[in-house]
Amino acid sequence: MENLLTRYRNVSILVGVLFAQILGLAIQVRRVKENESTLLIRVWTVTAITPLEKGIVGLESGMGNLWHNYIYLRGVRKENRDLKQEIQQLRLNEVRISEDAQQAHRLQVLLGFKEQYLSKTVAAQVIGSGGSDRSRVVFIDKGDDAKLLPEMPVITADGIVGKVVRVFAHSAQVLLVNDENSGAGAILEKSRLQGILKGTPVGGLILDKVMSDEQIQPGDRVLTSGGDGIFPKGMPVGTVTQVSKGKDSFLNIRIKPAADLSKLEEVLVITKQEEKEPSVADAGNERASDILSRRLPSVPDQPPAAPAHSGAGALKTNATAALPSASTAAHSIAGAQPASLAGSATTPSKLSAPKTTAPRPRATQPPADVPVSAPSATENPGNGQTIVKTITDDATTPAPVKPIVKSPASSANPQSKPAQPESDQQ
Amino acid sequence: MPITYTSGEQIEVYRFNLPITVLVPLLALFLQAFLSWKLPFFSIFDLPLLVVIFFAVARRSQVGGMLTGSIIGLLQDSLTQLPLGVYGIANTVVGYGASSLGVRLDVENAGARFLVTLFFFAVHEIVYFSVARGLVRLDLRWNWPHEIAAAFANAVLAVLLFAMLDRFKQRT
Repeated sequence: MENLLTRYRNVSILVGVLFAQILGLAIQVRRVKENESTLLIRVWTVTAITPLEKGIVGLESGMGNLWHNYIYLRGVRKENRDLKQEIQQLRLNEVRISEDAQQAHRLQVLLGFKEQYLSKTVAAQVIGSGGSDRSRVVFIDKGDDAKLLPEMPVITADGIVGKVVRVFAHSAQVLLVNDENSGAGAILEKSRLQGILKGTPVGGLILDKVMSDEQIQPGDRVLTSGGDGIFPKGMPVGTVTQVSKGKDSFLNIRIKPAADLSKLEEVLVITKQEEKEPSVADAGNERASDILSRRLPSVPDQPPAAPAHSGAGALKTNATAALPSASTAAHSIAGAQPASLAGSATTPSKLSAPKTTAPRPRATQPPADVPVSAPSATENPGNGQTIVKTITDDATTPAPVKPIVKSPASSANPQSKPAQPESDQQ
Repeated sequence: MPITYTSGEQIEVYRFNLPITVLVPLLALFLQAFLSWKLPFFSIFDLPLLVVIFFAVARRSQVGGMLTGSIIGLLQDSLTQLPLGVYGIANTVVGYGASSLGVRLDVENAGARFLVTLFFFAVHEIVYFSVARGLVRLDLRWNWPHEIAAAFANAVLAVLLFAMLDRFKQRT
């Protein structure tokens, strides 16, 4: 026996080493399901490798900054001009979007939605990868020192990236969403169909568990569903590129990730998410009807009102002053743009007086309910004078205010006051 | 003929000093991790495997070769999210095989190195796939074009890399 071992010493050692590794592998595979602790060898390797990576990335970044900020400035003026234009455009968009957001906020209050807030994020720099195309992980330069924890989601401005799997002292390992061991809850933006986002062995991204009888088109956007408990709901995931029949009556949906996973530089780690009921107090005291009415097209400014209308009181004067002329108003009310007239009467920028409440029901109600004050106008489309009078009378009459008070948005809002007759009578 | 059969007495056995023994594998791991991120196509190469083959063939010691393979493989595993041992087992087998071959054959010239790397890359991939699919239950797919391209790319790189590393050899 001794002779045999001596003779086959090297082979015996090989078998021993392989057996030890297989045993270790089996223990780890079993432990993955339980609470796995980071093995010391991983800590050593990462501690040895990542400082070098950090150093090189830092040096590269410094050299890049020096070159781009102080030496290579070609085209900067043009870029600056373009960016300024873009900012102006974005500001316009922002106004529109903020109105939409405020309105959505009120609707959420009504429906009792819970909102997820990304209350705290940590910016991190990607410093390296796992070095294998079979293991899609990257290392970031923040770790335990930035209070990162496993399972924290990692995102970029474009979309989701992955989740933290291991945290070391000054670095962390992030599993990308296109790794085959990765998974996330996802939802198709248009059809609201939910599925499971999975990586493929070749680094692709698929949406799994969507029934094959569903209609999905290439180009459809995919968002996180929030169902996995890791990624916040509604974050961009990617776009559908290919839909085909899969196995087990499910579709095979290929997705192009929104974030460029092969060129990651800076990422954000979401370290804290809060889920809370939206409160109306957060949204301010503005009413949804005000926002809606502002969104309606308005009549351009005009010089002060003609003396003929000035006797109708302050509001009447203002309301009629906002109208280009009686005939124009008649034209609008007669069916061309009834809403524009209503909008003009309530648009704060157009009227110096406090907002009138009379036209609000038109804004908050469906078109069928619009003619709260319009019937008399539409009955006499040819008589501009009558129409203007009718409108201004309606605007000053508190009676049409009531529908606003009963509107869902107002009733659900304990802080929003019902339409104030006194403001109407100013 | 690039590969020549030589007797044990004719074969040169080399050793490396400690800093090279430690730093070259670490540098290979670093470059593999760093360059694969910066240049995604670089992930087709397997620098740690090439270092294992180089050390194993140069030292011509089966135990030394398998231990080198085992340690470098485990370090390589440490950078992935997979359990430790997948690369470890594959590199152990390669280290043992390469050193066994080095004992019997003179693989000092470029042609021999090209063929040896081609062969051991295939061995590595077969062992890796077997372990990953059989033990870790990974859903890996064998992709012939990719594997063949990777084998040739690594063999070409090995010829250049081994020529560089030859400078650190010390005769025993």
